[in-house]
Amino acid sequence: MGLRGLAGLLALTIATIWYLSGLEDYRIFVPGLAQGAAMTVQITAAAAVLAVTAALVAALLKLYGPAPLRWLAVTYIEIFRGTSALVQLFWLYFVLPVFGITLEAYTAAVIGIGLNIGAYGAEVVRGAIVAVPRGQWEATVALNMSRAQALRRIILPQAFAAMIPPWGNLFIELLKTTALVSMITLGDLAFRAQQMNQTTMKTVQIFTLVLLIYLAMSLVITIAMRLLERRAGRGILRARAA
Amino acid sequence: MTEPMVSFENVTKRYGTLTVLDNLNLTIGRGEKVAIIGPSGSGKTTVLRMLMTLETIDGGVIRVEGEPLTHMERGGKLVPADQAHIRKVRAKIGMVFQSFNLFPHMTALQNCIEAPMKVLGLSREKAEARAMDLLDMVGMANRRDYYPSQLSGGQQQRVAIARALAMRPKVMLFDEVTSALDPELVGEVLQVIRKLGAEHDLTMLMVTHQMGFAKEFADRVCFFHSGRICEEGEPQAFFTNPQNERSRQFLRAVLEAG
Repeated sequence: MGLRGLAGLLALTIATIWYLSGLEDYRIFVPGLAQGAAMTVQITAAAAVLAVTAALVAALLKLYGPAPLRWLAVTYIEIFRGTSALVQLFWLYFVLPVFGITLEAYTAAVIGIGLNIGAYGAEVVRGAIVAVPRGQWEATVALNMSRAQALRRIILPQAFAAMIPPWGNLFIELLKTTALVSMITLGDLAFRAQQMNQTTMKTVQIFTLVLLIYLAMSLVITIAMRLLERRAGRGILRARAA
Repeated sequence: MTEPMVSFENVTKRYGTLTVLDNLNLTIGRGEKVAIIGPSGSGKTTVLRMLMTLETIDGGVIRVEGEPLTHMERGGKLVPADQAHIRKVRAKIGMVFQSFNLFPHMTALQNCIEAPMKVLGLSREKAEARAMDLLDMVGMANRRDYYPSQLSGGQQQRVAIARALAMRPKVMLFDEVTSALDPELVGEVLQVIRKLGAEHDLTMLMVTHQMGFAKEFADRVCFFHSGRICEEGEPQAFFTNPQNERSRQFLRAVLEAG
């Protein structure tokens, strides 16, 4: 779907949320869900920053790091990809205190989800770097650039364009994964929904609103990534189309 | 005799059990223009790639102005060089590739100022002035703000030549630089190389399939076969009266095809 279609879908979703919020049956849930949504957005944004950072560091270490750091990166990637995000959150929040490290629920949530998505992201970053044609590296050698200069100025900017679509998927995955933080006592969107559902039993109203709110958020992510893709693609995407 | 610009001393290159270059000895004088020709798989491109440090060498020494390239002297012995030494010696060498390898996310001008600014530490003004002189020389000054994808193959290759020259190398390597071009674009690139040839100080090494150009342009032709120099000499003599049976066969095959 084109950008215009996505924007239309987002407008429709927001309009529906707006319309439903005005109805008698729905109105009472709006303040609670709004609070939950704010928490979800906050965790998503913070965890996304951590995920991108962790992915970049892990990918570079796995590709170019000295042996011990390379193993460390591989271990991180395999542990966080290979175990459930819920178990990771439990570990950070309930198990670490046993060893004397106590994290606040919010901190544990951001670290857990950020590192979890970062582990998948590391493979995305690595794949995009490796996909830059070898001739580009050779040109940097012929111009006597250092490896660090080559990576920063030539290789990463080209890899960046190729990473954006898969990162869009990961950010949406991240958004949905935040629903797990209700298990470590945080009042996110999913948590508020369950809470209100238990007291009012208005399942249809509550979960219709929640579904639409998640959809609106993921559409915002999709649209933002499309715009970013368009900007980053200057020169490069034209080259691929030719 | 003045010190040679580049010398290969018993240089050997292997890929697994396949010997690509077998005890190569080749000396190139300052300002000399050498054409390297031969059938594919004869190791001719490997010669350039080793000199650019894109390939490791398995035996022997390459010297640039007497200084070992991938080795350094320590206590009278040659040991593998560190990165700093390699970069110091490599600064004297520039290369133009068959597939151009311009940076696709940068304009023609940006391609030409990137390394002068980051590697040589030139200011933007100086780097741009130098780049514009060179883009002008290759006839691409009016395309300075174009991305590589907006340029034809011949234009891209001319920008690539300007980019390499912006580093002020003493030796320029040309690796089949017209092989990826449509026939009608070959001429404009050769024209630029001809212009460069007029600079007496610049040493040039080119791997080429353009026999006519090699004959007219080079001071010396080296014919490679199976990882060795089979025959070398002054182009006029080589092309009109090759001594070696393999050279004769090769030239006959090329002439029939062309």
